[in-house]
Amino acid sequence: MMRRLFLISVPYLWLLALFLIPFVIVLKIALSDTALSIPPYTPQIDISAGWEGLKGFFAALDMENFVWLTEDDLYWKAYVSSLKIATISTLLALLVGYPIAYGMAQAPQEWRATLMMLIILPFWTSFLIRVYAWMGILSQEGLLNQLLMGLGLISDPLIILNTNTAVYIGIVYTYLPFMILPIYSALEKLDASLLEAAEDLGCSRFKAFWLVTIPLSKGGIIAGSFLVFIPAIGEFVIPSLLGGSSTLMIGKVLWEEFFSNRDWPVAAAVAVVLLLILIIPIILFQRNEQKQREAE
Amino acid sequence: MTLDVFAPWEDPTEKPLIQFKGVTKRYGSFTAIDNLTQDIYAREFFALLGPSGCGKTTMMRMLAGFETPTEGQILIAGQDMAAVPPNERAVNMMFQSYALFPHLSIWDNIAFGLRRMKMPKAQIEERVEDMLRLTRMTQFSRRKPHQVSGGQRQRVALARSLARAPKLLLLDEPLGALDKKLREETQFELMDIQEKTGTTFVIVTHDQEEAMTVASRVAVMDHGKIIQVSTPPKIYEEPNSVYVADFIGDVNIIEGAAHKTSDDGYDIKWAEGQEPIHAKTTAVLNEGQKAFVALRPEKISIAEEKPEGAVNAVKGKIIDIGYLGNISTYHVELPGGVMVKAQATNTRRLSRRNFSWEDEVWLSWTLTAASVLER
Ligand SMILES: Nc1ncnc2c1ncn2[C@@H]1O[C@H](COP(=O)(O)OP(=O)(O)O)[C@@H](O)[C@H]1O
Ligand SMILES: [Mg+2]
Repeated sequence: MMRRLFLISVPYLWLLALFLIPFVIVLKIALSDTALSIPPYTPQIDISAGWEGLKGFFAALDMENFVWLTEDDLYWKAYVSSLKIATISTLLALLVGYPIAYGMAQAPQEWRATLMMLIILPFWTSFLIRVYAWMGILSQEGLLNQLLMGLGLISDPLIILNTNTAVYIGIVYTYLPFMILPIYSALEKLDASLLEAAEDLGCSRFKAFWLVTIPLSKGGIIAGSFLVFIPAIGEFVIPSLLGGSSTLMIGKVLWEEFFSNRDWPVAAAVAVVLLLILIIPIILFQRNEQKQREAE
Repeated sequence: MTLDVFAPWEDPTEKPLIQFKGVTKRYGSFTAIDNLTQDIYAREFFALLGPSGCGKTTMMRMLAGFETPTEGQILIAGQDMAAVPPNERAVNMMFQSYALFPHLSIWDNIAFGLRRMKMPKAQIEERVEDMLRLTRMTQFSRRKPHQVSGGQRQRVALARSLARAPKLLLLDEPLGALDKKLREETQFELMDIQEKTGTTFVIVTHDQEEAMTVASRVAVMDHGKIIQVSTPPKIYEEPNSVYVADFIGDVNIIEGAAHKTSDDGYDIKWAEGQEPIHAKTTAVLNEGQKAFVALRPEKISIAEEKPEGAVNAVKGKIIDIGYLGNISTYHVELPGGVMVKAQATNTRRLSRRNFSWEDEVWLSWTLTAASVLER
């Protein structure tokens, strides 16, 4: 009994320490006001003042910052833009990742481990270095433009760096393995005789793919899409390094509020709303996993 | 009354539905099917029987169109199938693993093939309901394949492959996963369905009893070749080789040298100082040629005294008795150490039976009981 209680309490303690407590702290900051102090917000909890002090502390908290988020259209535009960029990036990653995963699953058994290694290999170098490398590739004098002009395909350099296109390339590149791996694992389990059965029952190869392979890899597609979509929505490094001044993403806004404006309470409010937006797909994702497990 | 026997293979005017013409299939340097020529007729229930790895599945897969012959031709209804992909063949296959679509309900699994035929919706529904009724799965139609038992899955697989009313249905070890009782029931169900639908069935099995029960003809295969094709009684009574005799049922094989007798039979000398075995046969053997006598255990009588006027009678000693309830198998050692199995029906209760271990007994059989085989 004690043992079971202990086993159950471990994940909850984990959740409490690493999620709930930080969240409560951030929420508290979001409900505070900016101040020229260290840390730069007020009120602070003053335990020595006792009960009266605690009452005063709660009285000083308000929703002002959340109201502010609705008043300046920068914020909701940034949220919408982030959602849009994350959605498009996810679709692109699916478009690129599915054929790769399919190819891996079709490859001879002895190659698969190697292919898997190749997919994971980029993680062995720093993410920042890889994004900087993309700057080198995509800039006006970059490798891509040099190559295309050298081949005579274009006469003027393409402007890719500091546009949304560069952000899409960066996100798709960075999160592609998260798309490929769950789809690959679904496709690898697929029984080849199902495709033969579909052909036997009158499907062309393509139709069999559409009616059997796609539905049976749906779990992998959904998992991969969430694994790309969720981090992409709050992405900060890629839009700041590869995106331009017109690239609006909530991660960037958050960073600016925090470090440029030193407005911790508004930054905290932005973060809380972002979390609420992310919780919806996370819950959907969990549901999908659950359904998947029940189906097995 | 004349009994109309179904035997299109004996009618030279009958056109075969399937023709294998010198078909060879190689995987790399390995020959899975070796220069095979065979006709199969419409409405037949044709069984392929053989040990694992002898090429049964390969033959099926070539008929279904998943493999192409390395050499030779396969014709279905007179048409060369080389260039016809699986989805354009009037052939359906029931897979060894059933291969039911796990994401579709049983109803949708059965409807899958019909939807590809651009059949009107009402007609699809009617056909699916018919198939569900035929396989007694109506009440489970809304379930997913993983929500029904193994035997029910097998029936769904059968319903799905029958739904398109194929000219030819291929069944690859369809009953392998079922327990004995359910398997026997299903065998009769299959025969019933085959009769009702008039479909040609080719069934793969490694269970000789199953092949004997369901088939109009049985083909015994070994190493990519068909060794013998015949009706079940013929393949049992008149095997053409020791391999076939041994594969189908229980058999005693006694080796010896053949000597022609006056009454178009042979004397087989099988042991020094023993009376040769007398057997009537259509086989033509050279004088002194090595031959094998194949003798089924149930064709041997067992007695305490030497039977009067028996053509073949040898004395032996009971070494072991296998009691199977309805019958008993006696393992008898003949002079020279040859072991022979003889079967007797247990018409009496156990306590009143005659023979026991170590008893000396006489075994006898008639002139036509044994087959004489060259190989
Ligand atoms: N795709 C393949 N590649 C190589 N060898 C194969 C392939 N398919 C079957 N074989 C070989 O061909 C032989 C016959 O196989 P199969 O027809 O499946 O036998 P079975 O009579 O047990 O159904 C086996 O030895 C098998 O290993
Ligand atoms: Mg097989």
